Amino acid sequence: MNLLLTFKIAIRALGRNKLRSSLTMLGIIIGVGAVIAMVGIGQGASASIQSQIANLGNNMLFVMSGSMNTGGMRGGAGSSNNLTPEDAVAIELECPSVRAVSPGVRANGQLVFGNLNWVASSGIQGANEKFPDIRAWPVSTGEFFTEGDVRTAARVCVIGKTVADNVFADGDPIGQTMRIRNLPFRVIGVLSSKGQSAYGQDQDDTVIVPYTTAQKKMLTISHIHQVMVSAISPAATFTAEKQITDLLRQRHKLGPNQENDFFVRNLTDVAEAADQSSKIMTNLLASIAGVSLLVGGIGIMNIMLVSVTERTREIGIRMAIGARSAAIRRQFLIESVTLSVVGGALGILFGVGASIIISTTLGWPTLVSPVSIFASVIFSGFVGVAFGYYPARKAAGLDPIDALRYE
Amino acid sequence: MEAQVVTETNYVTDPLLGPALITLDHIHKTYQMGDVEIHALRGVSLHIDRGEFIAIMGASGSGKSTMMNILGCLDKPSRGHYYLDGQDVSKLSRDELADIRNRKIGFVFQGFNLLSRTSALENVELPMLYLGVKTAERLERAKEALDIVGLGDRMNNMPNQLSGGQQQRVAIARSLVNRPSIILADEPTGNLDSRTAVEVMDVFQRLNQERGITIALVTHEPDIAQYARRTIVFKDGRIKNDYLIKESRSAREELESLPPIEDDEEDDE
Repeated sequence: MNLLLTFKIAIRALGRNKLRSSLTMLGIIIGVGAVIAMVGIGQGASASIQSQIANLGNNMLFVMSGSMNTGGMRGGAGSSNNLTPEDAVAIELECPSVRAVSPGVRANGQLVFGNLNWVASSGIQGANEKFPDIRAWPVSTGEFFTEGDVRTAARVCVIGKTVADNVFADGDPIGQTMRIRNLPFRVIGVLSSKGQSAYGQDQDDTVIVPYTTAQKKMLTISHIHQVMVSAISPAATFTAEKQITDLLRQRHKLGPNQENDFFVRNLTDVAEAADQSSKIMTNLLASIAGVSLLVGGIGIMNIMLVSVTERTREIGIRMAIGARSAAIRRQFLIESVTLSVVGGALGILFGVGASIIISTTLGWPTLVSPVSIFASVIFSGFVGVAFGYYPARKAAGLDPIDALRYE
Repeated sequence: MEAQVVTETNYVTDPLLGPALITLDHIHKTYQMGDVEIHALRGVSLHIDRGEFIAIMGASGSGKSTMMNILGCLDKPSRGHYYLDGQDVSKLSRDELADIRNRKIGFVFQGFNLLSRTSALENVELPMLYLGVKTAERLERAKEALDIVGLGDRMNNMPNQLSGGQQQRVAIARSLVNRPSIILADEPTGNLDSRTAVEVMDVFQRLNQERGITIALVTHEPDIAQYARRTIVFKDGRIKNDYLIKESRSAREELESLPPIEDDEEDDE
């Protein structure tokens, strides 16, 4: 009695009761489908958060100047003038968890090239030559400005993709001279597209100039608005935050009872927390779906047990004409494994389909991973064996005489 | 032998002819029902030779069903020996008995016991599936067996599309498809009307006469027993009577004398 023949017998037996077989499979189809769709939603959310983290830059922190307090009126973060380029240098030199630093200056103003003008929604940003590295934002064409450009406050700029598309709609912006706040700047590079920020702002609608140029030639200020900091690793953002806080408190000569006159924003921290919560969500969804898979498995056992009772006479006939106990046991086991594996396969289709529908209709990003498909197949096979074994053993243990007499 | 035996056959095994097909040697069977021991068989000894057609009779509770179960290797004797084709099968394991049933015994039951929603052909194929016969040969043999019982044109019908007599003939085809040493028929006509019963007995008689297949038939109807050539009567777990039937009834002749019925025309070869 070989396995192939038992398989044939089991398939024939299943085919004999198609309605029951498909209803039994439904439990597994929904279970596996739910696992795949839920994990897909969770992982899609996680992946989109991950990409937002990557979008933010390399393990980034922002240091912003504090609130200006004039006669009890506080101006909000960034309004005071107490952050200096020297603070930025000190952070880079003295904080071991910090890898790279760029001062940041913000300005607004009109861009003019030929007869076109434009106001960049993300503003004009002053930075140093480490900006592409810290923000993980390389140029796509041309090049970024150099340390020399920063030192000499050169009138050069690197423009975002949106600016390039709008101001230089017809030609290559590299080497052109564009007026920013009525000052001529040479365009030396175009940044690669970064897309929207987490808050829906078009990050590509911007112009980057050396921060020294922004300070001296646009705003005539000596302070800076912010410091962009890149920590050595995602985990180091926490220690970096602490080191920066301690250093700046010391540099700004703040006593133990005084509040910080600056803010440190750990963006990675926020993003990691979001990522963490999306992972928890994934696990939660997966376990709920897992429960439905378990219920599906119990459904198989239920049907198989009913089927053993209902088919007692059939088992008796098979035994009388020479089926060994093992053949009966294998037949029932193969029946339940077939139900669960075929159900699992259909469940995968169902789950993938559901994921696609969810992501197109609801606009949620979904990501169906091969791992969850593989795990579902393994698990549904396991369900078939685990929940089919007891009914199969029960069938194989029947006495042929009693089974034949069963009404 | 304890039983009162009226015997007209000679059971002495001829050393030149070899052993009988079936030899039962003081078979006992006791069941434990709570505190009570039930002696279903109390020392049954019996020979059945190849090519015999035997009717086993007896009132209910006489032990004939137990006898049938033991002959069919569905049950094991409590004491005594059962030799089938020279092999002592009284001490075999469950699986070994399953193999013996598969290869050496064909069953025909009162209630037909076909698998529902399964074509006649697949029902007949079933014993060969458990024997491991290759697909092509299996199909060929199943068709041949259905031809023998006159249902070659109904092989794709499901049992519920067949009459009782036809279902029983499918069961007979199934019982003979593995070329068994003996076909055991347990009240095969019990669920059939008298004309169909004669038709089924005709199939058995033809198998026995034309193909030399050994048949043991359990029945409580004396006129059905008349189609066999030897009758063994059980009473109280013993053989009460064992005799050859001098003039068996011929199902064929009886059928020919009956007015033909359109439905049953396919019986006539």
